[in-house]
Amino acid sequence: MNALKLSLRQARYQNTAFWRNPAAAFFTIVFPLMFLVIFNLLFGSNEVQFEGGTASLSTFYVPGIVVFALVGACYNNIAMTLAFSRDNGLLKRIRGTPLPPGSLIAGYVIHSVSVAILLVTIVLVSGVVVYDVDLPTTRMAAFIVTCIVGAATFCALGVAVANFIPNADAAPAIVNASILPLLFISDVFIPMDDAPAWLTTFADIFPVRHFATAMHESFQPFAAGSGFEPINLGVMGVWLLASVVLAVRFFKWERRR
Amino acid sequence: MPGRTFSHPAIQVTDLRKSYGSFEAVKGVDLCVETGEVYALLGPNGAGKTTTVEILEGHRERSAGTVTVLGHDPARGEREFRERIGIVLQTTSVDQYLSVSETVNLFRGYYPNPLPLDVVLEATGLTEQARVRVGKLSGGQQRRLDVAVGLAGNPELLFLDEPTTGFDPSARRGAWDMVKNLQNLGKTILLTTHYMEEAEYLADRVGIMVEGRVVVEGPPQEIAGSGGATLIRIRLPDGTAAPPESLGVHPAVGPGTYEIQAASPTVVLYQLTTWAVENDIEFEDIAVTRPSLEDIFIEVTSSNLQGGGGKA
Repeated sequence: MNALKLSLRQARYQNTAFWRNPAAAFFTIVFPLMFLVIFNLLFGSNEVQFEGGTASLSTFYVPGIVVFALVGACYNNIAMTLAFSRDNGLLKRIRGTPLPPGSLIAGYVIHSVSVAILLVTIVLVSGVVVYDVDLPTTRMAAFIVTCIVGAATFCALGVAVANFIPNADAAPAIVNASILPLLFISDVFIPMDDAPAWLTTFADIFPVRHFATAMHESFQPFAAGSGFEPINLGVMGVWLLASVVLAVRFFKWERRR
Repeated sequence: MPGRTFSHPAIQVTDLRKSYGSFEAVKGVDLCVETGEVYALLGPNGAGKTTTVEILEGHRERSAGTVTVLGHDPARGEREFRERIGIVLQTTSVDQYLSVSETVNLFRGYYPNPLPLDVVLEATGLTEQARVRVGKLSGGQQRRLDVAVGLAGNPELLFLDEPTTGFDPSARRGAWDMVKNLQNLGKTILLTTHYMEEAEYLADRVGIMVEGRVVVEGPPQEIAGSGGATLIRIRLPDGTAAPPESLGVHPAVGPGTYEIQAASPTVVLYQLTTWAVENDIEFEDIAVTRPSLEDIFIEVTSSNLQGGGGKA
Protein backbone atom coordinates (compact mmCIF):
# COMPACT_ATOMS: atom_id res chain seq x y z
CA MET A 1 0.00 0.00 0.00
CA ASN A 2 1.40 3.38 -0.85
CA ALA A 3 2.17 6.08 1.68
CA LEU A 4 -0.75 8.35 0.77
CA LYS A 5 -3.29 5.57 1.08
CA LEU A 6 -1.82 4.58 4.44
CA SER A 7 -1.99 8.23 5.59
CA LEU A 8 -5.65 8.53 4.65
CA ARG A 9 -6.42 5.26 6.33
CA GLN A 10 -4.58 6.41 9.46
CA ALA A 11 -6.59 9.66 9.40
CA ARG A 12 -9.85 7.73 9.11
CA TYR A 13 -9.12 5.74 12.27
CA GLN A 14 -7.97 8.90 14.06
CA ASN A 15 -11.25 10.45 13.09
CA THR A 16 -13.31 7.52 14.39
CA ALA A 17 -11.48 7.58 17.72
CA PHE A 18 -11.73 11.40 17.94
CA TRP A 19 -15.50 11.53 17.59
CA ARG A 20 -15.92 8.83 20.21
CA ASN A 21 -13.74 10.67 22.72
CA PRO A 22 -16.05 13.04 24.59
CA ALA A 23 -13.28 15.24 26.00
CA ALA A 24 -11.54 15.73 22.67
CA ALA A 25 -14.75 16.39 20.80
CA PHE A 26 -15.96 18.81 23.45
CA PHE A 27 -12.84 20.96 23.72
CA THR A 28 -12.16 21.01 20.00
CA ILE A 29 -15.69 21.37 18.62
CA VAL A 30 -17.94 22.77 21.33
CA PHE A 31 -15.51 25.29 22.84
CA PRO A 32 -15.07 27.54 19.81
CA LEU A 33 -18.78 27.46 19.03
CA MET A 34 -19.56 28.29 22.64
CA PHE A 35 -17.14 31.24 22.51
CA LEU A 36 -18.74 32.39 19.27
CA VAL A 37 -22.17 32.40 20.91
CA ILE A 38 -21.02 34.03 24.17
CA PHE A 39 -18.95 36.81 22.60
CA ASN A 40 -21.70 37.64 20.15
CA LEU A 41 -24.30 37.59 22.91
CA LEU A 42 -22.26 40.01 25.02
CA PHE A 43 -20.74 42.34 22.43
CA GLY A 44 -22.20 41.39 19.06
CA SER A 45 -24.48 44.42 18.79
CA ASN A 46 -21.68 46.92 19.49
CA GLU A 47 -20.45 48.85 16.52
CA VAL A 48 -16.83 48.73 15.58
CA GLN A 49 -14.84 51.00 13.33
CA PHE A 50 -13.39 49.36 10.22
CA GLU A 51 -11.38 50.94 7.46
CA GLY A 52 -14.01 52.74 5.40
CA GLY A 53 -17.04 52.26 7.64
CA THR A 54 -18.56 50.66 10.73
CA ALA A 55 -20.02 47.20 11.23
CA SER A 56 -21.21 45.10 14.17
CA LEU A 57 -18.60 43.48 16.39
CA SER A 58 -19.74 40.11 15.02
CA THR A 59 -17.70 41.01 11.96
CA PHE A 60 -14.69 40.96 14.29
CA TYR A 61 -15.68 37.78 16.13
CA VAL A 62 -16.32 35.48 13.19
CA PRO A 63 -12.72 35.61 11.88
CA GLY A 64 -11.48 35.61 15.49
CA ILE A 65 -13.28 32.39 16.25
CA VAL A 66 -12.10 30.92 12.94
CA VAL A 67 -8.55 31.46 14.23
CA PHE A 68 -9.41 29.99 17.62
CA ALA A 69 -11.10 26.95 16.05
CA LEU A 70 -8.24 26.31 13.68
CA VAL A 71 -5.60 26.60 16.39
CA GLY A 72 -7.61 24.24 18.62
CA ALA A 73 -8.19 21.63 15.92
CA CYS A 74 -4.57 21.70 14.77
CA TYR A 75 -2.23 22.76 17.57
CA ASN A 76 -4.07 21.56 20.69
CA ASN A 77 -5.44 18.42 19.08
CA ILE A 78 -2.13 17.21 17.60
CA ALA A 79 0.06 18.18 20.56
CA MET A 80 -2.32 16.48 22.99
CA THR A 81 -2.86 13.31 20.94
CA LEU A 82 0.84 12.90 20.22
CA ALA A 83 1.83 13.48 23.85
CA PHE A 84 -0.68 10.89 25.03
CA SER A 85 0.27 8.37 22.34
CA ARG A 86 3.94 8.76 23.16
CA ASP A 87 3.32 8.44 26.89
CA ASN A 88 1.16 5.31 26.70
CA GLY A 89 3.43 3.50 24.28
CA LEU A 90 1.26 3.66 21.17
CA LEU A 91 4.01 5.39 19.16
CA LYS A 92 6.54 2.78 20.21
CA ARG A 93 4.14 0.05 19.20
CA ILE A 94 3.63 1.63 15.78
CA ARG A 95 7.41 2.00 15.42
CA GLY A 96 7.54 -1.81 15.45
CA THR A 97 5.22 -2.07 12.45
CA PRO A 98 5.98 -1.30 8.78
CA LEU A 99 3.88 1.90 8.84
CA PRO A 100 6.17 4.67 7.50
CA PRO A 101 6.64 7.45 10.11
CA GLY A 102 5.59 10.05 7.54
CA SER A 103 2.22 8.33 7.08
CA LEU A 104 1.67 8.26 10.83
CA ILE A 105 2.23 12.02 11.16
CA ALA A 106 0.34 12.74 7.94
CA GLY A 107 -2.57 10.78 9.43
CA TYR A 108 -2.69 13.11 12.45
CA VAL A 109 -2.41 16.17 10.21
CA ILE A 110 -5.10 15.09 7.73
CA HIS A 111 -7.47 14.25 10.57
CA SER A 112 -6.86 17.59 12.29
CA VAL A 113 -7.27 19.56 9.09
CA SER A 114 -10.54 17.79 8.32
CA VAL A 115 -11.84 18.70 11.77
CA ALA A 116 -10.64 22.28 11.19
CA ILE A 117 -12.42 22.51 7.83
CA LEU A 118 -15.64 21.31 9.43
CA LEU A 119 -15.34 23.83 12.26
CA VAL A 120 -14.46 26.77 10.02
CA THR A 121 -17.46 25.93 7.86
CA ILE A 122 -19.78 25.86 10.88
CA VAL A 123 -18.41 29.18 12.15
CA LEU A 124 -18.76 30.85 8.74
CA VAL A 125 -22.28 29.55 8.18
CA SER A 126 -23.43 30.61 11.66
CA GLY A 127 -21.77 33.99 11.09
CA VAL A 128 -23.76 34.55 7.94
CA VAL A 129 -27.04 33.02 9.05
CA VAL A 130 -27.20 33.92 12.73
CA TYR A 131 -25.04 37.03 13.06
CA ASP A 132 -25.60 38.60 9.68
CA VAL A 133 -21.92 38.90 8.84
CA ASP A 134 -21.00 39.53 5.21
CA LEU A 135 -18.67 36.92 3.77
CA PRO A 136 -15.70 38.62 2.09
CA THR A 137 -16.41 37.24 -1.37
CA THR A 138 -13.83 39.48 -3.03
CA ARG A 139 -11.18 38.38 -0.54
CA MET A 140 -11.99 34.64 -0.47
CA ALA A 141 -8.61 33.72 -1.95
CA ALA A 142 -6.79 35.54 0.87
CA PHE A 143 -9.05 33.88 3.44
CA ILE A 144 -8.36 30.39 2.08
CA VAL A 145 -4.61 30.93 1.78
CA THR A 146 -4.50 32.31 5.32
CA CYS A 147 -6.38 29.22 6.58
CA ILE A 148 -3.97 26.88 4.79
CA VAL A 149 -0.83 28.64 6.08
CA GLY A 150 -2.36 28.75 9.57
CA ALA A 151 -3.31 25.07 9.56
CA ALA A 152 0.16 24.06 8.38
CA THR A 153 1.90 26.26 10.94
CA PHE A 154 -0.17 25.13 13.91
CA CYS A 155 -0.07 21.43 12.95
CA ALA A 156 3.73 21.60 12.73
CA LEU A 157 3.88 23.55 15.99
CA GLY A 158 1.74 20.86 17.63
CA VAL A 159 4.12 18.09 16.57
CA ALA A 160 7.12 20.17 17.66
CA VAL A 161 5.77 21.13 21.09
CA ALA A 162 4.63 17.55 21.77
CA ASN A 163 8.30 16.53 21.56
CA PHE A 164 8.94 18.54 24.72
CA ILE A 165 5.96 17.35 26.77
CA PRO A 166 7.41 14.90 29.30
CA ASN A 167 4.25 12.87 30.03
CA ALA A 168 0.49 12.70 29.57
CA ASP A 169 -0.26 14.39 32.89
CA ALA A 170 1.67 17.47 31.84
CA ALA A 171 0.11 17.63 28.38
CA PRO A 172 -3.10 19.63 29.03
CA ALA A 173 -1.25 22.15 31.21
CA ILE A 174 1.59 22.72 28.75
CA VAL A 175 -0.65 22.86 25.70
CA ASN A 176 -3.18 25.27 27.23
CA ALA A 177 -0.63 27.43 29.02
CA SER A 178 1.32 27.84 25.80
CA ILE A 179 -1.63 28.93 23.66
CA LEU A 180 -4.41 30.52 25.76
CA PRO A 181 -2.51 33.66 26.86
CA LEU A 182 -1.40 34.19 23.29
CA LEU A 183 -4.98 33.93 22.05
CA PHE A 184 -5.99 36.64 24.54
CA ILE A 185 -3.32 39.12 23.46
CA SER A 186 -3.56 38.46 19.73
CA ASP A 187 -6.81 40.07 18.54
CA VAL A 188 -8.65 36.77 18.68
CA PHE A 189 -11.10 37.28 21.55
CA ILE A 190 -10.56 40.96 22.31
CA PRO A 191 -9.63 43.77 19.88
CA MET A 192 -6.16 44.98 20.84
CA ASP A 193 -6.72 48.57 19.74
CA ASP A 194 -6.28 49.98 23.25
CA ALA A 195 -3.52 47.59 24.37
CA PRO A 196 -0.12 48.98 25.43
CA ALA A 197 2.46 48.92 22.67
CA TRP A 198 4.84 46.61 24.51
CA LEU A 199 2.11 43.96 24.73
CA THR A 200 1.37 43.99 21.02
CA THR A 201 5.11 43.98 20.31
CA PHE A 202 5.43 40.95 22.53
CA ALA A 203 2.46 39.25 20.85
CA ASP A 204 4.02 39.91 17.47
CA ILE A 205 6.88 37.54 18.28
CA PHE A 206 4.44 34.61 18.11
CA PRO A 207 2.46 33.31 15.15
CA VAL A 208 -1.04 33.69 16.64
CA ARG A 209 -1.32 37.48 16.24
CA HIS A 210 0.00 37.33 12.67
CA PHE A 211 -2.54 34.64 11.90
CA ALA A 212 -5.36 36.68 13.45
CA THR A 213 -4.28 39.89 11.68
CA ALA A 214 -4.16 38.14 8.32
CA MET A 215 -7.53 36.56 9.00
CA HIS A 216 -9.18 39.83 10.03
CA GLU A 217 -7.71 41.50 6.99
CA SER A 218 -9.26 38.88 4.71
CA PHE A 219 -12.61 39.68 6.38
CA GLN A 220 -12.46 43.48 5.95
CA PRO A 221 -15.97 44.46 4.91
CA PHE A 222 -15.24 47.76 3.19
CA ALA A 223 -11.60 47.80 2.15
CA ALA A 224 -10.48 47.38 -1.43
CA GLY A 225 -7.77 45.00 -2.60
CA SER A 226 -7.19 41.28 -2.39
CA GLY A 227 -6.67 41.22 1.38
CA PHE A 228 -3.39 39.31 1.26
CA GLU A 229 -1.02 40.00 4.14
CA PRO A 230 2.39 38.88 2.87
CA ILE A 231 4.35 40.01 5.94
CA ASN A 232 2.06 38.29 8.43
CA LEU A 233 1.93 35.16 6.28
CA GLY A 234 5.71 35.36 5.95
CA VAL A 235 6.24 35.43 9.73
CA MET A 236 3.95 32.40 10.03
CA GLY A 237 6.00 30.71 7.33
CA VAL A 238 9.13 31.21 9.43
CA TRP A 239 7.36 29.63 12.41
CA LEU A 240 6.22 26.80 10.13
CA LEU A 241 9.77 26.06 8.99
CA ALA A 242 11.19 26.29 12.50
CA SER A 243 8.46 23.97 13.80
CA VAL A 244 9.10 21.39 11.09
CA VAL A 245 12.80 21.40 11.96
CA LEU A 246 12.09 21.00 15.69
CA ALA A 247 9.40 18.40 15.02
CA VAL A 248 11.76 16.22 12.99
CA ARG A 249 14.96 16.90 14.89
CA PHE A 250 13.57 16.05 18.34
CA PHE A 251 10.97 13.45 17.43
CA LYS A 252 10.91 10.56 19.91
CA TRP A 253 9.06 7.27 19.67
CA GLU A 254 9.14 6.71 23.40
CA ARG A 255 8.64 8.97 26.36
CA ARG A 256 11.72 9.98 28.25
CA ARG A 257 12.37 7.82 31.29
CA MET B 1 7.66 -31.12 20.01
CA PRO B 2 7.57 -34.36 18.07
CA GLY B 3 8.51 -34.12 14.44
CA ARG B 4 9.57 -30.47 14.72
CA THR B 5 12.46 -29.76 12.42
CA PHE B 6 14.57 -26.66 12.69
CA SER B 7 16.19 -25.08 9.65
CA HIS B 8 17.86 -21.65 9.51
CA PRO B 9 18.12 -19.82 12.79
CA ALA B 10 15.53 -17.06 13.07
CA ILE B 11 17.69 -15.17 15.54
CA GLN B 12 21.47 -15.24 15.68
CA VAL B 13 23.23 -13.07 18.26
CA THR B 14 26.95 -12.98 18.98
CA ASP B 15 28.57 -11.12 21.87
CA LEU B 16 25.79 -8.55 22.14
CA ARG B 17 26.57 -5.61 24.41
CA LYS B 18 24.59 -2.57 25.46
CA SER B 19 25.76 0.22 27.72
CA TYR B 20 23.84 3.13 29.14
CA GLY B 21 26.56 5.59 30.08
CA SER B 22 28.94 3.68 32.33
CA PHE B 23 26.35 1.01 33.13
CA GLU B 24 26.60 -2.11 31.01
CA ALA B 25 23.11 -3.63 30.88
CA VAL B 26 23.98 -6.43 28.44
CA LYS B 27 27.47 -7.89 28.78
CA GLY B 28 28.06 -10.25 25.90
CA VAL B 29 25.01 -12.32 25.07
CA ASP B 30 25.13 -15.17 22.54
CA LEU B 31 21.79 -16.43 21.39
CA CYS B 32 20.53 -18.70 18.65
CA VAL B 33 16.81 -19.28 18.14
CA GLU B 34 15.81 -21.75 15.44
CA THR B 35 12.91 -21.20 13.07
CA GLY B 36 9.74 -22.60 14.62
CA GLU B 37 11.23 -22.68 18.07
CA VAL B 38 9.74 -21.17 21.23
CA TYR B 39 12.58 -19.69 23.25
CA ALA B 40 12.05 -18.21 26.70
CA LEU B 41 14.37 -15.66 28.28
CA LEU B 42 14.13 -15.84 32.04
CA GLY B 43 15.76 -13.65 34.62
CA PRO B 44 15.19 -11.35 37.55
CA ASN B 45 14.22 -7.73 37.01
CA GLY B 46 17.10 -5.73 35.64
CA ALA B 47 18.85 -8.78 34.17
CA GLY B 48 18.83 -7.22 30.70
CA LYS B 49 16.04 -9.30 29.14
CA THR B 50 13.96 -6.42 27.86
CA THR B 51 17.02 -4.52 26.63
CA THR B 52 18.14 -7.61 24.72
CA VAL B 53 14.69 -8.18 23.22
CA GLU B 54 14.29 -4.51 22.30
CA ILE B 55 17.59 -4.61 20.43
CA LEU B 56 16.34 -7.64 18.48
CA GLU B 57 13.07 -5.82 17.73
CA GLY B 58 14.89 -2.77 16.39
CA HIS B 59 13.67 -0.49 19.19
CA ARG B 60 17.13 0.04 20.61
CA GLU B 61 20.63 0.28 19.19
CA ARG B 62 23.32 -2.04 20.43
CA SER B 63 26.72 -0.91 21.67
CA ALA B 64 28.58 -3.92 20.23
CA GLY B 65 28.12 -7.41 18.82
CA THR B 66 26.41 -8.87 15.78
CA VAL B 67 22.66 -9.41 15.54
CA THR B 68 20.81 -11.11 12.70
CA VAL B 69 17.03 -11.49 12.89
CA LEU B 70 15.33 -13.20 9.93
CA GLY B 71 18.43 -12.34 7.92
CA HIS B 72 18.20 -8.61 8.77
CA ASP B 73 20.12 -6.32 11.06
CA PRO B 74 17.27 -4.92 13.17
CA ALA B 75 19.17 -1.68 13.85
CA ARG B 76 18.69 -0.66 10.22
CA GLY B 77 14.93 -0.49 10.74
CA GLU B 78 14.05 -1.75 7.28
CA ARG B 79 10.38 -1.88 6.43
CA GLU B 80 10.75 -5.37 5.02
CA PHE B 81 12.07 -6.52 8.39
CA ARG B 82 9.15 -4.96 10.27
CA GLU B 83 6.74 -6.68 7.89
CA ARG B 84 7.98 -10.06 9.08
CA ILE B 85 7.98 -9.59 12.85
CA GLY B 86 5.27 -9.06 15.44
CA ILE B 87 5.94 -7.31 18.73
CA VAL B 88 3.97 -7.53 21.95
CA LEU B 89 5.39 -4.97 24.34
CA GLN B 90 5.12 -5.05 28.12
CA THR B 91 2.67 -2.19 28.26
CA THR B 92 -0.82 -2.20 26.80
CA SER B 93 -1.32 0.68 24.42
CA VAL B 94 -4.01 0.91 21.81
CA ASP B 95 -6.66 3.53 21.29
CA GLN B 96 -9.37 3.23 23.95
CA TYR B 97 -12.09 4.45 21.62
CA LEU B 98 -11.72 1.88 18.83
CA SER B 99 -13.34 -1.54 18.95
CA VAL B 100 -11.37 -4.77 19.05
CA SER B 101 -11.95 -5.54 15.38
CA GLU B 102 -11.23 -1.93 14.32
CA THR B 103 -7.94 -2.05 16.21
CA VAL B 104 -6.88 -5.35 14.68
CA ASN B 105 -7.92 -4.14 11.21
CA LEU B 106 -5.97 -0.89 11.66
CA PHE B 107 -2.80 -2.89 12.30
CA ARG B 108 -3.58 -5.50 9.64
CA GLY B 109 -3.55 -2.67 7.13
CA TYR B 110 0.14 -1.98 7.80
CA TYR B 111 1.23 -5.37 6.45
CA PRO B 112 1.34 -6.82 2.95
CA ASN B 113 -0.07 -10.24 3.89
CA PRO B 114 -2.04 -9.96 7.11
CA LEU B 115 -3.85 -12.80 8.82
CA PRO B 116 -7.64 -12.75 8.31
CA LEU B 117 -9.43 -10.88 11.08
CA ASP B 118 -11.39 -13.91 12.28
CA VAL B 119 -8.22 -16.03 12.50
CA VAL B 120 -6.55 -13.39 14.68
CA LEU B 121 -9.59 -13.08 16.95
CA GLU B 122 -9.99 -16.85 17.16
CA ALA B 123 -6.32 -17.42 18.03
CA THR B 124 -6.49 -14.85 20.81
CA GLY B 125 -9.94 -15.79 22.10
CA LEU B 126 -11.45 -12.40 21.32
CA THR B 127 -14.13 -13.45 18.83
CA GLU B 128 -16.95 -12.54 21.21
CA GLN B 129 -15.39 -9.17 22.03
CA ALA B 130 -14.96 -8.16 18.36
CA ARG B 131 -17.32 -5.19 18.62
CA VAL B 132 -16.40 -4.14 22.15
CA ARG B 133 -14.50 -0.88 22.64
CA VAL B 134 -10.95 -1.38 23.86
CA GLY B 135 -11.58 0.78 26.92
CA LYS B 136 -14.27 -1.63 28.10
CA LEU B 137 -12.14 -4.79 27.97
CA SER B 138 -10.85 -6.50 31.12
CA GLY B 139 -7.12 -6.42 31.81
CA GLY B 140 -6.65 -9.95 30.52
CA GLN B 141 -8.63 -9.22 27.36
CA GLN B 142 -6.56 -6.08 26.71
CA ARG B 143 -3.41 -8.13 27.02
CA ARG B 144 -4.82 -10.63 24.53
CA LEU B 145 -5.62 -7.75 22.22
CA ASP B 146 -1.95 -6.75 22.49
CA VAL B 147 -1.08 -10.21 21.24
CA ALA B 148 -3.75 -9.97 18.54
CA VAL B 149 -2.18 -6.73 17.30
CA GLY B 150 1.25 -8.38 17.31
CA LEU B 151 -0.18 -11.23 15.26
CA ALA B 152 -2.14 -9.12 12.80
CA GLY B 153 0.58 -9.01 10.15
CA ASN B 154 1.05 -12.80 10.14
CA PRO B 155 4.63 -12.50 11.45
CA GLU B 156 7.19 -15.26 11.08
CA LEU B 157 8.69 -14.22 14.39
CA LEU B 158 6.74 -13.02 17.40
CA PHE B 159 8.27 -11.22 20.40
CA LEU B 160 6.24 -11.65 23.58
CA ASP B 161 7.50 -9.51 26.45
CA GLU B 162 5.98 -10.82 29.70
CA PRO B 163 2.66 -11.68 28.09
CA THR B 164 0.92 -12.90 31.24
CA THR B 165 2.18 -10.57 33.97
CA GLY B 166 -0.77 -9.67 36.15
CA PHE B 167 -2.99 -12.50 34.93
CA ASP B 168 -5.02 -14.67 37.27
CA PRO B 169 -4.29 -18.41 36.98
CA SER B 170 -7.16 -19.22 34.62
CA ALA B 171 -6.38 -16.27 32.34
CA ARG B 172 -2.77 -17.44 32.29
CA ARG B 173 -3.92 -20.91 31.22
CA GLY B 174 -5.90 -19.33 28.41
CA ALA B 175 -2.88 -17.33 27.31
CA TRP B 176 -0.72 -20.43 27.33
CA ASP B 177 -3.19 -22.26 25.11
CA MET B 178 -3.05 -19.28 22.80
CA VAL B 179 0.74 -19.39 22.57
CA LYS B 180 0.55 -23.14 21.93
CA ASN B 181 -1.81 -22.37 19.05
CA LEU B 182 0.69 -19.92 17.60
CA GLN B 183 3.43 -22.50 17.98
CA ASN B 184 1.29 -24.94 16.02
CA LEU B 185 0.93 -22.31 13.29
CA GLY B 186 4.70 -22.58 12.92
CA LYS B 187 5.62 -19.21 14.44
CA THR B 188 9.00 -18.63 15.99
CA ILE B 189 8.46 -17.08 19.40
CA LEU B 190 10.86 -15.25 21.68
CA LEU B 191 9.25 -14.96 25.07
CA THR B 192 10.39 -13.21 28.22
CA THR B 193 8.78 -14.12 31.48
CA HIS B 194 9.09 -14.12 35.27
CA TYR B 195 7.10 -17.32 35.57
CA MET B 196 8.96 -20.62 35.61
CA GLU B 197 5.85 -22.73 34.96
CA GLU B 198 5.23 -20.57 31.92
CA ALA B 199 8.68 -21.22 30.50
CA GLU B 200 8.44 -24.91 31.38
CA TYR B 201 5.06 -25.27 29.71
CA LEU B 202 5.69 -23.22 26.56
CA ALA B 203 9.36 -23.15 25.71
CA ASP B 204 11.41 -25.57 23.65
CA ARG B 205 14.47 -23.94 25.13
CA VAL B 206 15.11 -21.57 28.00
CA GLY B 207 17.92 -19.12 28.67
CA ILE B 208 18.39 -17.72 32.15
CA MET B 209 19.83 -14.20 32.19
CA VAL B 210 21.56 -12.72 35.18
CA GLU B 211 23.26 -9.33 35.20
CA GLY B 212 23.47 -9.00 31.45
CA ARG B 213 24.59 -12.53 30.63
CA VAL B 214 22.91 -15.80 29.70
CA VAL B 215 24.24 -18.08 32.44
CA VAL B 216 22.26 -21.26 31.75
CA GLU B 217 20.61 -22.43 28.54
CA GLY B 218 18.82 -25.56 27.36
CA PRO B 219 15.47 -27.36 27.19
CA PRO B 220 13.59 -26.69 30.43
CA GLN B 221 13.41 -30.37 31.43
CA GLU B 222 17.15 -30.76 30.94
CA ILE B 223 17.97 -27.65 32.92
CA ALA B 224 15.70 -28.80 35.70
CA GLY B 225 17.21 -32.27 35.64
CA SER B 226 20.78 -30.99 35.61
CA GLY B 227 20.49 -29.31 38.95
CA GLY B 228 21.94 -31.99 41.23
CA ALA B 229 20.21 -34.50 43.41
CA THR B 230 16.67 -35.81 43.43
CA LEU B 231 14.93 -35.50 46.78
CA ILE B 232 13.29 -38.63 48.20
CA ARG B 233 11.10 -38.15 51.25
CA ILE B 234 9.45 -40.98 53.18
CA ARG B 235 7.26 -41.20 56.25
CA LEU B 236 7.39 -44.37 58.30
CA PRO B 237 4.68 -45.74 60.61
CA ASP B 238 5.03 -44.92 64.35
CA GLY B 239 7.60 -46.96 66.17
CA THR B 240 9.55 -48.04 63.13
CA ALA B 241 13.34 -47.92 63.33
CA ALA B 242 15.19 -45.45 61.09
CA PRO B 243 16.46 -46.64 57.70
CA PRO B 244 20.17 -47.56 57.60
CA GLU B 245 22.52 -44.62 57.35
CA SER B 246 24.34 -46.28 54.46
CA LEU B 247 21.47 -45.07 52.24
CA GLY B 248 22.42 -41.47 52.93
CA VAL B 249 19.41 -40.73 55.07
CA HIS B 250 19.28 -37.33 56.76
CA PRO B 251 18.13 -37.34 60.39
CA ALA B 252 14.38 -37.28 60.82
CA VAL B 253 13.01 -33.97 59.53
CA GLY B 254 9.69 -34.62 61.29
CA PRO B 255 8.13 -37.43 63.30
CA GLY B 256 8.99 -40.58 61.32
CA THR B 257 9.91 -38.50 58.24
CA TYR B 258 13.25 -38.85 56.50
CA GLU B 259 14.86 -37.27 53.43
CA ILE B 260 17.47 -38.61 51.05
CA GLN B 261 19.37 -36.53 48.49
CA ALA B 262 19.95 -39.06 45.75
CA ALA B 263 22.31 -38.45 42.85
CA SER B 264 21.20 -41.82 41.41
CA PRO B 265 17.60 -42.07 42.57
CA THR B 266 16.89 -45.39 40.86
CA VAL B 267 19.53 -47.20 42.90
CA VAL B 268 18.60 -45.49 46.13
CA LEU B 269 14.89 -46.20 45.66
CA TYR B 270 15.67 -49.85 44.97
CA GLN B 271 17.76 -50.10 48.13
CA LEU B 272 15.20 -48.23 50.17
CA THR B 273 12.23 -50.31 49.05
CA THR B 274 14.26 -53.52 49.44
CA TRP B 275 15.04 -52.51 53.02
CA ALA B 276 11.36 -51.78 53.65
CA VAL B 277 10.13 -55.05 52.15
CA GLU B 278 12.72 -57.09 54.05
CA ASN B 279 11.67 -55.44 57.31
CA ASP B 280 7.96 -55.67 56.43
CA ILE B 281 7.48 -51.89 56.52
CA GLU B 282 4.84 -50.07 54.50
CA PHE B 283 5.72 -46.38 53.88
CA GLU B 284 2.91 -44.12 54.98
CA ASP B 285 4.04 -41.63 52.39
CA ILE B 286 6.72 -41.43 49.71
CA ALA B 287 7.57 -38.53 47.44
CA VAL B 288 10.27 -38.32 44.78
CA THR B 289 10.99 -34.78 43.66
CA ARG B 290 13.24 -33.78 40.79
CA PRO B 291 14.63 -30.26 41.10
CA SER B 292 12.30 -27.88 39.28
CA LEU B 293 13.28 -25.15 36.86
CA GLU B 294 12.42 -22.74 39.63
CA ASP B 295 14.94 -24.38 41.98
CA ILE B 296 17.62 -24.04 39.34
CA PHE B 297 16.57 -20.48 38.60
CA ILE B 298 16.86 -19.47 42.24
CA GLU B 299 20.15 -21.30 42.62
CA VAL B 300 21.64 -19.75 39.48
CA THR B 301 20.40 -16.24 40.07
CA SER B 302 21.40 -16.09 43.71
CA SER B 303 24.87 -17.55 43.15
CA ASN B 304 25.49 -15.19 40.25
CA LEU B 305 24.18 -12.17 42.11
CA GLN B 306 26.22 -12.87 45.23
CA GLY B 307 29.57 -12.06 43.71
CA GLY B 308 29.68 -14.97 41.27
CA GLY B 309 28.95 -12.71 38.33
CA GLY B 310 31.26 -10.04 36.98
CA LYS B 311 31.36 -6.61 38.50
CA ALA B 312 29.55 -3.93 36.56
